[in-house]
Amino acid sequence: MAAHRCGLSLVCILFFSSLAHPSRCDTLEKANDNTATKRSISEVNTDGSVAGEDMNERQWQSTDVEVNRSDGTKNSETFTPAPAKDQFQEELVIRPLHSGDIYASFQFRTLWDTDFLQEGQKKVSHYRLFPKSLGQVLSKFSVQELHISFTQGFWRTMQWGQPFIPSPPGAELWVWFHHTVSDVDGNWKELTNVLSGIFCASLNFIDMTNTVQPSASFKPLGLGNATDHRFLRYATLPREIVCTENLTPWKKLLPCGSKAGLAVLMKSEKLFHSSFHSQAVHIRPICQDEQCTSKAWELRQTLNVVFDHYTSGQGKKEWSLFKMFSRTLTEACPLASSSKVYVDITDNPEGELFELSPATPLLSQAVVLGDRRTYSVYDLTRAETFGQLRSFNLLLRWKGDSGDMLRPLLHAERYVAGFGLQTGEIHTVIYNNHPYRAFPVLLMDSVPWYLQLYIHTLTVTSKSRDNKPSYIHYQPAKDRHRPHLLEMLIQLPPHSMTEVTVQFERALLKWTEYTPDPNHGFYVGSSVISALVPSMVAMSTNFTQDQPLFSSFVPVKEESSYFVRVYTEPLLVNLPTPDFSMPYNVICLTCTVVAVGYGSFYNLLTRTFQVDEPSPPLAKRLANFIRRIRGVPLLA
Amino acid sequence: MGLFMQHLCEPDTLCHHFLMVCYLAAIVWFMGLAFEPFTLRTYMSENAMGSTMVEERFSSGERALSLAKEFDAHKRKAGGMPMEWLVKAMQARGLEVFTQSFSRKLPFPDENKERYMVRGTNVYGILRAPRAPRTEALVITAPCSPGNSNNQAVGLLLALAQYFRNQIFWAKDIIFLVNEHDLIGMQAWLEGYHHTNITGYSPLQGRAGSIQAALSLELSSDVITSLDLILEGLNGQLPNLDLANLFYAFCQKLGVLCTIQGKLQRNDWDTAEGYTHAAQTMMLMVLKQACGRSWGDHGLFLRYHIEAASIRGINGFRHYKMDVATIGRLLEGMVRKLNNLLERLHQSYFFYLLPSLSRFVSIGYYMPAFGLLAVILLLRALDLWVNLGAPALEAVDGVTEAEQPSGPGVLTVLTPVVISHLTGVALYLLPVHLQEMAVEHFPVSETEAVVLTAVAIYTAGLALPHNTQRLLSGEGTEQGWKVLKLTALLYLAVLLGCTALINFSLGFILAVTLVPITASMTPHMPKALSALAMVLLSPAFTILYCVFIYQELIEAPVSVSEGWMLFLSVISQGILDHALYGSLVYPLLALFIYPCWLMFWNILFWS
Repeated sequence: MAAHRCGLSLVCILFFSSLAHPSRCDTLEKANDNTATKRSISEVNTDGSVAGEDMNERQWQSTDVEVNRSDGTKNSETFTPAPAKDQFQEELVIRPLHSGDIYASFQFRTLWDTDFLQEGQKKVSHYRLFPKSLGQVLSKFSVQELHISFTQGFWRTMQWGQPFIPSPPGAELWVWFHHTVSDVDGNWKELTNVLSGIFCASLNFIDMTNTVQPSASFKPLGLGNATDHRFLRYATLPREIVCTENLTPWKKLLPCGSKAGLAVLMKSEKLFHSSFHSQAVHIRPICQDEQCTSKAWELRQTLNVVFDHYTSGQGKKEWSLFKMFSRTLTEACPLASSSKVYVDITDNPEGELFELSPATPLLSQAVVLGDRRTYSVYDLTRAETFGQLRSFNLLLRWKGDSGDMLRPLLHAERYVAGFGLQTGEIHTVIYNNHPYRAFPVLLMDSVPWYLQLYIHTLTVTSKSRDNKPSYIHYQPAKDRHRPHLLEMLIQLPPHSMTEVTVQFERALLKWTEYTPDPNHGFYVGSSVISALVPSMVAMSTNFTQDQPLFSSFVPVKEESSYFVRVYTEPLLVNLPTPDFSMPYNVICLTCTVVAVGYGSFYNLLTRTFQVDEPSPPLAKRLANFIRRIRGVPLLA
Repeated sequence: MGLFMQHLCEPDTLCHHFLMVCYLAAIVWFMGLAFEPFTLRTYMSENAMGSTMVEERFSSGERALSLAKEFDAHKRKAGGMPMEWLVKAMQARGLEVFTQSFSRKLPFPDENKERYMVRGTNVYGILRAPRAPRTEALVITAPCSPGNSNNQAVGLLLALAQYFRNQIFWAKDIIFLVNEHDLIGMQAWLEGYHHTNITGYSPLQGRAGSIQAALSLELSSDVITSLDLILEGLNGQLPNLDLANLFYAFCQKLGVLCTIQGKLQRNDWDTAEGYTHAAQTMMLMVLKQACGRSWGDHGLFLRYHIEAASIRGINGFRHYKMDVATIGRLLEGMVRKLNNLLERLHQSYFFYLLPSLSRFVSIGYYMPAFGLLAVILLLRALDLWVNLGAPALEAVDGVTEAEQPSGPGVLTVLTPVVISHLTGVALYLLPVHLQEMAVEHFPVSETEAVVLTAVAIYTAGLALPHNTQRLLSGEGTEQGWKVLKLTALLYLAVLLGCTALINFSLGFILAVTLVPITASMTPHMPKALSALAMVLLSPAFTILYCVFIYQELIEAPVSVSEGWMLFLSVISQGILDHALYGSLVYPLLALFIYPCWLMFWNILFWS
């Protein structure tokens, strides 16, 4: 028991300390050989202020810290934020993927220096860069943290590696409420309905039957040490289809809309002509400054797209911003304090894989997802980026061939085994491809109530041996009220395949509970695997190349492992379905019978019968007509 | 009244004539099903496939043929599945490629296909649909057969994969599977995919959610004159009729000659030839369905509730020829329409017979034919029941007196029932288990040993029951055989009824041969004559007749000795199908139908 607790608390601490943003940039002063004038560029970290820890001193001083510091003192006197305090940053990362596809990831970050959750704070009515619709929602429902993502497609870890921000197919929403909220369920219900309106999505289908409260998998990413999972709500809608109607409201949240800056690239017919599309909104409280004297709200809007080089390239492997988005960049968003385009050139140090034009002298290096990556940086706030034509069109010409499948350190898949419509078995297979390190993962499964899990059949096997989870949190389902929730902490042995199986029985639904297309099947949301994965940097033996020897004997903690969340595929399960055409026929028949029978009876019962006077014969009518003219009394 | 009841269904009574009329009506009804005015025209029920327009653009027929040649060369070099080449070829077309190796030991050597220890590899590539969450998939398979056959199918598969990869309209993942050792490889892949049995297989790595439909492709020549559609799957299961409709619709659209059971459709239904043609086509379907084996690689999918059909290209030396590109377009159209499916195929019929591709007989039309046969058994049973109850009715005052005659009756019934079933169990178990002993003592091969053991046990069973019955319980009473016959009649009725619900053809064929002789069987009939009739109408002889009729229908008549050899191979195939794929016809015949028939055999020799 003690071991369980120990393991859980360890994981909690680890998760908490490793905020979900795995990219943590280092300053790099690199003498660039290409340019005649040797310039040293210090690239600035965009995530630096997340927790205010482990940051390079010099970098902090060179950037926005000064501004924050000066504002931090004023914050206690005035609640109306000064215009200068809000901040907006935009960036686009383009990563040519191993498979030959192109991964484009937009991030827009709006900072808002206010704290309306604090006691005694007056209602906030002044909005500048932060979207008012979201700000009002946050304050009305006392939201501590909100994460929402809409994804169309499945991230192919085996071909593309890890995404910057993972998300499951369909819609995902998880919210931490402030600890002062008394009716969390009520707030959650209202919030989902409001968000449904804001994002034009079917989030109103989130109810108690698909909401869970994970105990360990989803920890707050921002400030606040709330660990009481009573204030957390998590729900997915695996069937949600994401389209332009969701993109438009998402774009409207940006300060520049889609009028200027990177957002002009977001033409829906191109974004949805891709292999993968995911858009997300993350809101969390962060520190305003290093001392963390006051809080600020961070709104991070992300959009990730993977373009397929086969279908769009028509054989020619050539990429440009114009080809990808049918637009070029002409300016940065005027409201943005930083606006940059990064291109991952790690696999391409000598330009043998692809050729990039225009070339840039700016380089940046960062440890992203446990791997040291090098980026070419294009700063859109500088005029020289746009060149003579006043437009920036990045061109990428492939030279090499697309490679084999990857072996990411952690990946997972899930499927339904068995046949027939009575029972089945859910298999979740988790691969640890690290050659010598074992590491724990936290598996979370939320299964709808109509798959009745036989939890006694739960088995976890690694290398054909029983692998006992060190922590299990299981909440059984209640029919028509709440889903199953299963959370487990599993230690993955090095270089192994771990299989988690559980059997289930398919429930027979009431006939009104079937969807309009019952033979399509019912969805079960992705399972979530959260883990601290040993870093590639720590694994590589030649990392002493770019670092002094004295710094590299004991691996630095933040580089030795990184947090990653992997989502498996959703499942499509067929339930026993009645033949719905039969009741339809019966209804038609009975309706006809009732209509005819009832109609004639009603007719018979309510009609008043009168003896109809036979109309007088023609001769008599004629005679009466003549008599009327003559003015003599008519014949009877 | 009792007297009247007793003679109710004796020969030359009204009842007897009525039963004869029932039997004849059943046969006439069944044969009438092939008459065109009595059947319905097929129509597309599934909305998602019916109204949508699809424009086929596949044009790389030449590439398919060159790929087929390349595949052939590598197959020769590797002496089997050219795994490495195929993996590379699929990867080059942008698929996610996985392999599965499997090994299987057959219970005894398969002499038709010359295999015993089977070891092979399946190669499959998954075309991931853009922006789809890996929940649904379609499967296109082509078997990697030994020798020269099916190279064109694999070539076309690869060309289709390349073409499909460049399209953006896919909503479901498409799995391109090349399976080795036809059904054994398919079985390994399906069991691996659904994780139902993984002994002897390497586990599958890549999956694509629940499979909605599958098409199996068999092409063996560059030029094709017609395409044959094969629907009959394991245990007589059929795919949804909409799949056949889809194939027919695209054949019509592209002007491709299409056949079913290898028979082209005729338009002259009002002539005798036209009717005979339709009847032959339907009879072939009934025979194929009844034998319960999978007639193409698609057959094993049906168990997993995946609608599947095989398409076989036939080079029949007609004038009209079509190239591989046309077949590619046909497949493209079918796969695109299946891709449009919003739900599993469920709108149309699952139980049907096809006298031609454009006409079908639904379950509501063919079931009365079986019902008329079942009525005979039930009326006979009712007659016996009343007959047995008649003395009890007369003895109004004494309950004990009425009970007494039925007491020994039940006991006498129990012995033959148990003995017949033990014979059935022996027939089911011994042939496979005794093969080694038989091979040691007789100069035969394993396969021959199994089949001949089965025939020997079957024949020995004829002698066994009435001898043992005489040995055990001595003199049989009049009451005794009636109780036994009543039991046997009800037993047979239930058996045939259940069989007909699952596999109509099998139930109907058995009913046609078993019902007349069993319904009229009494110990008072002339022994030799009725014994001969019973043997000639026993299950084994039914199989023999089916072999001859089948050969006649496919226009390859055989002599008696060839027919005998075919009969033996059919038995060995039946046992193999049961052991390998779980076909239920052999256990049904051995464990239930044969013992039931033995019970009637027992009645004949009741003394």
